[in-house]
Amino acid sequence: MRVVLAEDLFLLRDGLTRTLQEHGFEVIAAVDNGPALLRTLLEEQPDVAVVDIRLPPTFTDEGLQAALAARRSRPALPVLVLSQYVDQLYAHELLAGGQGAIGYLLKDRITHTTQFIDAVRTVATGGTVMDPQVIARLLARSDARGTTAQLTPRELDVLALMAEGRSNAAVAQTLFISESAVAKHTAAIFTKLRIEPSADDNRRVLAVLAYLKR
Amino acid sequence: MTESQVGMAQGDGSPGIGLRGALVDIGRCQLLSLAALAVAGAGALVIGALLLLPLGIGFLLLPPAAVALRRISDRYRDRAARWTGTVISPPRPLPSRSTPPENPTGRHQQARALLGDHGFWHDLRWAWAEPATGALLAVVPLALVEYGLFGAAVQPFVWRLLGDGNWYAFIPVDSTPTMLAALLLGIGFIAAGLKLAPATLRVHARWSRRLLAAPHTTELVRRIEHLAGSRADILDVQAAELRRIERDLHDGAQARLVALGMTLAEATRLLDHDLAAARVLLHEVRATSQRALQDLRELVHGVLPPILADRGLGDAVRSLALDSHLDVRIETALPGRLPAPVESAGYFAVAELLANAAKHSGAPEVHIRLSHTDGALRATVTDEGRGGADPDGSGLRGVRRRLDPFDGTLVLHSPPGGPTTATLEIPCASSSPKTSSSSGTG
Repeated sequence: MRVVLAEDLFLLRDGLTRTLQEHGFEVIAAVDNGPALLRTLLEEQPDVAVVDIRLPPTFTDEGLQAALAARRSRPALPVLVLSQYVDQLYAHELLAGGQGAIGYLLKDRITHTTQFIDAVRTVATGGTVMDPQVIARLLARSDARGTTAQLTPRELDVLALMAEGRSNAAVAQTLFISESAVAKHTAAIFTKLRIEPSADDNRRVLAVLAYLKR
Repeated sequence: MTESQVGMAQGDGSPGIGLRGALVDIGRCQLLSLAALAVAGAGALVIGALLLLPLGIGFLLLPPAAVALRRISDRYRDRAARWTGTVISPPRPLPSRSTPPENPTGRHQQARALLGDHGFWHDLRWAWAEPATGALLAVVPLALVEYGLFGAAVQPFVWRLLGDGNWYAFIPVDSTPTMLAALLLGIGFIAAGLKLAPATLRVHARWSRRLLAAPHTTELVRRIEHLAGSRADILDVQAAELRRIERDLHDGAQARLVALGMTLAEATRLLDHDLAAARVLLHEVRATSQRALQDLRELVHGVLPPILADRGLGDAVRSLALDSHLDVRIETALPGRLPAPVESAGYFAVAELLANAAKHSGAPEVHIRLSHTDGALRATVTDEGRGGADPDGSGLRGVRRRLDPFDGTLVLHSPPGGPTTATLEIPCASSSPKTSSSSGTG
């Protein structure tokens, strides 16, 4: 798989390149600023872009802006955004197109290599991955509003992992339950939250997020 | 998002609107013209006391006369603020008696101090001018309306009785057509009077400010006192903030990094003979490093939320809204970025107000409005909750302290039963380009 990488700190860029290469990705370009990122994304047509939010020259959300701009001309371009902090507004902006193939992770998650590589793969294949912190805050918010009050604690666990973009198998493994149990919980969640079930993982996440956003 | 239906809590003395407002203003003109009598009276008292000074008895009469005059002038300052929003800075309080009233020397001292007091002479000057100029001004719309009433409501009934020589303005009223003309003219006079009343009140307030405002030096002294006070506050707050950051770093991230080094050293030692134990320690290292990152992130967020640095106030408040469990409607009319300290103060103040609304109001929905008008950032947070917010609660005091260095203000309007509106204003110019000049290294 061909990856474009954008990160302004040399140490991190180097480490990320190495990690990706070790897991069989081909890093076709590693850039360190916003304009170069946008240019590369439009020219190279990578399978996935791994992008730091804060980039030169402005050192603000240049990376996010470049990724969003690239997706306006190539709507389904898979982008995994990395950041030192998570912000619901950025999550909303990334999901706004409703196209999926979006990831938004804290930089910390890079150190958990398998989780990070899984996320890159999921996004590259059109999936959606949200950082557990985004999910936790969304759940806390809808909890305070009473919208998820009808769910059991176990169902909440499943919902959180589902919203992070995990497959049923991954959810089962994390929670130490069987896959059929996960399927059962999922069905119960969809019924309680009145979300139309769908076979598509990506739409599933979007549906969950759309529900939580209300 | 450009609707404009936020209820702004104007004071009850906003300039009148429509016919009712005009009638209220006419009533105010009437009040001013009558109150001029009291002003003249008080002024005459003071003059009388001054004239009697050589006889000695003036020293006894002057202080009460001056106090009476001050009471009246204070009422005028108050009215100017309530009716037209013209703020007239009050003078320093009159010199008061330090000794008991029975002691005549006390009154003498007070009278002497009064003679040297700027505010006293200002009051006296005004007491002479107000009946002659101010009241005259207020009489203009009043006279128009009254004369108009005479034309429109009295002439139609009396012109037959009065017969020849009955003139209304320039119309000789002696037939039905001329009576009708007088009636129309009278209505015109009334309309003109009503129209003129608000403007007259404004001019009167400005005129009063000229005469009644505290002398420039008093203003400056007051300003310096305020600045010295707020500077001391800022330094205190800043020192406390630095101490907090230092302690957080020292006890948090720094301690965790030390622990990390120790665990790593131990893991390295174990690598040779106990791989399983080393693996456990390395897991611990990872967990600790995550916690250290978390600590640092929270610290950074407390100092300056990254989204505020990246996007400015509008988006930072939008992000706040997304985290709140209330429904928050936001309207922003901000011209690009504002100066960083203003954005920061505004952000933390709005965050506090929103948290207050979430905690105490019981309202499901909050409306936030941000705008930059007349060289000031203005933020309004409105909720339809139960009201009765305590303006001296710790949260709101914290907000005021944040605004103080900028000469910012917080106005809270929260009658029991709601709605609650908090309006904060921070004077500042906007720096229009969208991207702030970054101190970046690139």
